[in-house]
Formats: sequence, C-alpha cells, structure tokens
Amino acid sequence: MEGWERQKNILDFSLSSLLRRKGKNLALVFVYTLLVFTLASVLFFTHAIKREASLILQDSPELIVQKSIAGRQEQIPLRYLEPIQKIRGVQSGRGRLWGYYYDPIIGANYTLMVPEKQTLESGKISIGQGVSKTRLVFPGDTMEFRSHDGMLLQLQIQQVFPSESELIASDLILLAEDDFRRLFGGSREYATDLTLRVRNQRELPTIALKIAEMFPDTRIILREEILRTYESIFNWRGGMMVFILVGALLAFIIFAWDKASGLSLEERREIGILKAVGWETSDVLLLKFWEGTIISLSSFLMGIIWAYAHVFFTSAALLAPALKGWAVLYPEFKLTPFIDFSQVATLFFLTVVPYTVATIIPSWRAATIDPDSVMRT
Amino acid sequence: MNSMRKAKKFFFFILTQGIILIFLLAHSFYQIHADQSWLEEKKRMVRDLELTDLCLFTEANYTRHLTQADRHTAFQNSPLALEHFPSGSILLPPEHLKK
Repeated sequence: MEGWERQKNILDFSLSSLLRRKGKNLALVFVYTLLVFTLASVLFFTHAIKREASLILQDSPELIVQKSIAGRQEQIPLRYLEPIQKIRGVQSGRGRLWGYYYDPIIGANYTLMVPEKQTLESGKISIGQGVSKTRLVFPGDTMEFRSHDGMLLQLQIQQVFPSESELIASDLILLAEDDFRRLFGGSREYATDLTLRVRNQRELPTIALKIAEMFPDTRIILREEILRTYESIFNWRGGMMVFILVGALLAFIIFAWDKASGLSLEERREIGILKAVGWETSDVLLLKFWEGTIISLSSFLMGIIWAYAHVFFTSAALLAPALKGWAVLYPEFKLTPFIDFSQVATLFFLTVVPYTVATIIPSWRAATIDPDSVMRT
Repeated sequence: MNSMRKAKKFFFFILTQGIILIFLLAHSFYQIHADQSWLEEKKRMVRDLELTDLCLFTEANYTRHLTQADRHTAFQNSPLALEHFPSGSILLPPEHLKK
C-alpha cells in the first residue's frame, strides 16, 4: 500500500512537472497522437481490406485463361473451351464477357459484365451503387451508351446493387449478352476470357500446365494467385506505405534525438534540486518514467481510438484523397472492422516503449551526477 | 489534496480511454457478427458473377482489376509510357508477375 502511495505521489509530481511546460508537452502529445493515428489508420485500413478480400474472393474463379497477342490481352476463341474441358479434372468452363466503358459525361470508368447465372432481359441493366451516385440514375431510369459503331444504346436500369456491395461492385454494370455484343461488337465465337472450375484443388497446377502446353498463346491466372495478390496488397514496399513509414521513422528519430541528446538546463536543475532535497536516484528515474508514460500512453490510446473511428466510422475519409487518385467514381466502402491485435501490439512496442526508454536514459545520467555540480551548471 | 486530484484525474483519463477501447473492441466483434450476412452476400456475388477483384481504384484498368494485369500493362499506352495514375504507385504488381 505504501508503494502504491509512493507511485501516486510521484505521478502527481510528474503531472505537475509536465504542466509547468504545458505548451511544449501539449504540442508533443498532439504530434505523437497524430503519428500513432496515421500509422494505426493505415494498419487498420489495410488489414481490414486484406481480410475482407481473403474472405470474399475465396469463391472467385479457380482458373482463368486469357489469350495474349503482342503483349496485349485479346478476345479468346470459344473453340479453346472444348479441348480444355476434356482435360481430366476440369469440372466446367465458360466464356466470360466483360470489359470497360468510359463515360464521357462524367469522366468515369465502368466495368461491364455479362452475368452467367443472373439472366437479364435485353435492354435492362443492373448497376453498382457508385454508378448510381455518380451519374444520379436510379431504377427505372435509362442510361445511354455509345456503341462501337457510333450508335446510341439506351439501357434501362432494373436494379441498383446495395451500398454494402460497393467494395466489389461499385463500378459494375451487368447487361445481357446481346447488349454487350451490340455495344462492343465482336464475334459470338469469342469471349473476353475463359473461367474454369475444377474437381480437385490439388490438380490445379497440373491442369494449368496442360492448358499452357495445349495453347501456348494463353496466360493462366489461378485463384490462389488472386488471393495472394490481395494478401500482399498495400505491402510496405508499396509507394504510399514507404512514405508513411519513412515519415513515421523520421518523426521518431526526432523524438528520440530530442530526448536522448540530453535534458534541458531547467530539467537538469530540477533533478539536482530533487536530489539535494533527498530524492533517491531511483525516485528520479521513476519520476521520468512516469513523465514518459503519461505522454506516450495518452498519445497511443488517443491515436488508436481516433484511428478506429476514422477508418470504420468515416470509411477512412482522410485516406480517400490518397486512394482516389484521378478516379471520378470512388467506392464508399464500409469496411468490416477486422482488427489484427498483433499489429496493435507491435505499434505499442514501437511507439510507447522507445519513447519511455529514451526519456529515462538521459535522466539516469543526470541523476547520477553530484547535485551540487548539476545545480551550478 | 489538490495534487492527489491530478493523479486521480490522470487515472480517470486513462480509464476513460480504456473503456472507449473496450467499447470499440465490442463494436468490432458485434460488427463482424452483424456483417456476416453481407459478407456471405458478397461471396455469393463473387461466385455467381465470377468476379476476381475488389473495386478499390477505378482510374486505370490494371488497378481496377489488379489480378488481371500482365507484364506489358505498364507499356500499353505507349512503349515508353511512364506511370501516370496515382494508384499505380500505391499498389504492388500482382502475385503471378513476381515469380
């Protein structure tokens, strides 16, 4: 109980000491909080995206076959499908029709796709929430598209996908095969690419190899590669992450340098006086430990709380300008708050511990010097 | 007495933040549970429509459909084209191109 009282007394003294330099310390807490907030926002955002991608892309096509000519993806002949389907282990396959459409009215890009299971009448479309919000069109309205031969194609909106699906379908427009062919032209004997389902996952590499041998002009994408791509999306090697990490690193170097390069004259004199009035070196170290803890722990907790609110309550509004780029159609996705506790713990050990240690070391040096000589400097 | 209040105030401040964190943690668990039906719905859409990518960036085809990009994507505008879409500098190349 006595030990606890001692801690409380020293904590009181630490708070009074910090409040004497209120301006400096509040600025320090503000910058520190901002730093934790930025890092935690990026960590929360990237982890939630990765986790959601790994969950929802689990059911994407197991194998995609694309045709490539002179380094560009070209339409693939549907006759490729027959010999591919005869490969042992291939369960089913189909030609996928999809492409992009640039809308000159608002300057947005859409992904157009012909669904396999959902049958749409000719002249009807289903659109993503992003398309609806950007073009201000709703079920019952018509959208005009300029076809490959310059004709205007009017398609009526049958359905708008719910806002919860924005992460996968914000820019998506589903249309009937006839409308797709009318819009982009091309022969019915061709598709954009082929998708395959296989019986046994372990046979995928063998099947991919057989297709590559059968059709050397094709490129094969496995589902496993799709999942791995999103596992490593926003990796530290990515442009933005490097800059954020370098910025954070520089900020911490400044913090650590400021603390480790020594104490201010006022702080040294304070330590000298405390020693002269009977404080032990351990008391002085405890005082400095509490000072470091008050600043770093408060900043860490505030930074984490604000980062969570920012990412999951405002859909990472502050990161949006960096992610939006030149895009006119930007999905407002509400991320499911998947938290990686190991990341939070790492952030704690990378921010709170070094700062607290950097506070104690110069204080220990000052506390072990003779109080008389410290007070005279 | 006055100095005691400072320590108490600090404890309350940390305690409040701790409670907010616990609340956020509870919110995370609740929201993950509440979003299950939507996650299933999105999975169904991915399966039925045979989607391959998340709609994160719509400015360029190779960042909209990141997994469908090939080794020549960067040069499709012209053989000496430089990257000019911001999202292209944020993302890493797809996994199958890193082999």
